[in-house]
Amino acid sequence: MPEIKLTPAETLSKEPRKWIATLLIILICVLLTAWSGSALESNSTGGSGLSVAKGIVLGILHPTTDILFTLGRNGVPYLLLETMCIAFLGTLVGAVISIPLAFLGAGNIVPKPIAVIFRILVMAIRTVPSFVYGLMFIMVTGPGAFAGLLTMSVCSIGMLSKMFIETIEDLDKGILESLSAAGCSVFDKIRYGIIPQLMPSFTSTLIYRFDMNLRDATVLGIVGAGGIGAPLIFAMNSYRWNDVGAILLGLVILVLIVEWCSSRLRTVLMRG
Amino acid sequence: MKPSDSPGLYDRIFRPYSYTLGNGKKVEEKRSRLPLVIILLLAATIISGEITGFSLSTLLLRINYFFVMLGDMFPPDWAYMSQVWTPLWDTIKMSLLGSVIGALLCIPFSVLSSGNLVKNRAVTGFFKFFFSVVRTLPTLVVALIATYVFGLGTLAGTVAIAVFTFAYCGKILYEQIETVDMGSHEALEALGMGKLSAIRYSVWPQVLPSFLSTVLFCFEGNVRYASILGYVGAGGLGLILNEKIGWREYPRVGMILIALFVAVVVIESLSSWLRSKLT
Repeated sequence: MPEIKLTPAETLSKEPRKWIATLLIILICVLLTAWSGSALESNSTGGSGLSVAKGIVLGILHPTTDILFTLGRNGVPYLLLETMCIAFLGTLVGAVISIPLAFLGAGNIVPKPIAVIFRILVMAIRTVPSFVYGLMFIMVTGPGAFAGLLTMSVCSIGMLSKMFIETIEDLDKGILESLSAAGCSVFDKIRYGIIPQLMPSFTSTLIYRFDMNLRDATVLGIVGAGGIGAPLIFAMNSYRWNDVGAILLGLVILVLIVEWCSSRLRTVLMRG
Repeated sequence: MKPSDSPGLYDRIFRPYSYTLGNGKKVEEKRSRLPLVIILLLAATIISGEITGFSLSTLLLRINYFFVMLGDMFPPDWAYMSQVWTPLWDTIKMSLLGSVIGALLCIPFSVLSSGNLVKNRAVTGFFKFFFSVVRTLPTLVVALIATYVFGLGTLAGTVAIAVFTFAYCGKILYEQIETVDMGSHEALEALGMGKLSAIRYSVWPQVLPSFLSTVLFCFEGNVRYASILGYVGAGGLGLILNEKIGWREYPRVGMILIALFVAVVVIESLSSWLRSKLT
């Protein structure tokens, strides 16, 4: 077979022409964006938007220092502690609920139809917006941190179960077979075959979810379910931007610290 | 000295087990950290339980009230669906536009915060910190501020979603840029290409598929999140949801939630199909 020699320019011209497909995709994206722009409407504030924004930014940049450092029940430190407690227990309770759900939704543990049913259930749980759960739980416990905790746990179920299911479906069954070949009992198989495989990934998911819950805790405030959200929303609704600045400052610092710790912990877990 | 050379505080208090093997060699097994972790977790649980007022008896006695509201939602008011369509489309349009704006905006900032493209540590550090701070701002707070600035309506919601998407996709994008293979970038620069065109032809094709997949994933989540934003008056499904809950018209609430569920399922299947094509 004769050797074909091509100059770089000729090789380049042999490149498959995909511009029609690219153009089509770009066109579809532009059209979709333009279509979604049609929903934009706002009841204009009468051109005062910029001055309002200026006031807000100035207020936030000058946080009230006395609520930032008081240790009473209305001070930022106590509210942050309460928020952390809600997020922590919420994650824990959510994990307790989602572990059985995850096992029931994993295709390699239970028959396919059952797994599909439980997955749809998890998806339905995930769709309901968190403030609706908040209102439901307030009917159970009355307003306060307890309602927030329960809301947080139900909101965590969706993501936790989804990640747990993925981990469980990645289980290496060869290890279990070799354990039973070595004569291990069911309990031994769970203790030495399953738990070591699931633990690192489960813990990592939980730590990540704790992180997210801490961030989402403000949503609970709008329905009066405890934590730092309620004072934040009250302050915003009454235009006390300096207080908003103080609360936000505390929240941002706390979230940054927790995020840093959690990413450190998760890299340690990943390395084993 | 490596950390493994000197025993940590924990190992000095709880001496490791030592075994003598058959050939006379001594080996040590460190004590498990598990008891310490369990004690810490238990303490945290008890403190949290005290502060939040967790009580199992209240929960068990009154849990049926949770299902009262849920029970009232069924059967849903099917006839109400005709009025759900517009806010539902508004929610989807808000999240689509917000995701597109946020994703486009985050590209230059991500390039500036990735350490392998910008050598100046101060610049990358500043932009990384900027991303972190924007990410910690609660979306609801951004939405509420946006309603003060832009007035009530979908524009405020779109801005809030764009800010969230900007921070989320930006962080993932710069992490991806930092892990790309820099060989081709160096080769292109050696050929005499400018910085920007080298990025365009070597880095961009490498990160594009996963970036698009991140944006799609974010869009999925945004549709769900957009339904909360209505609570602060930022348009979409949340607006009527909040209104109907306030008026205790639970069958209509049920209808809204079912519509949202179906929309989310359709969008998630579509986007996970697209994402499987991308990677």
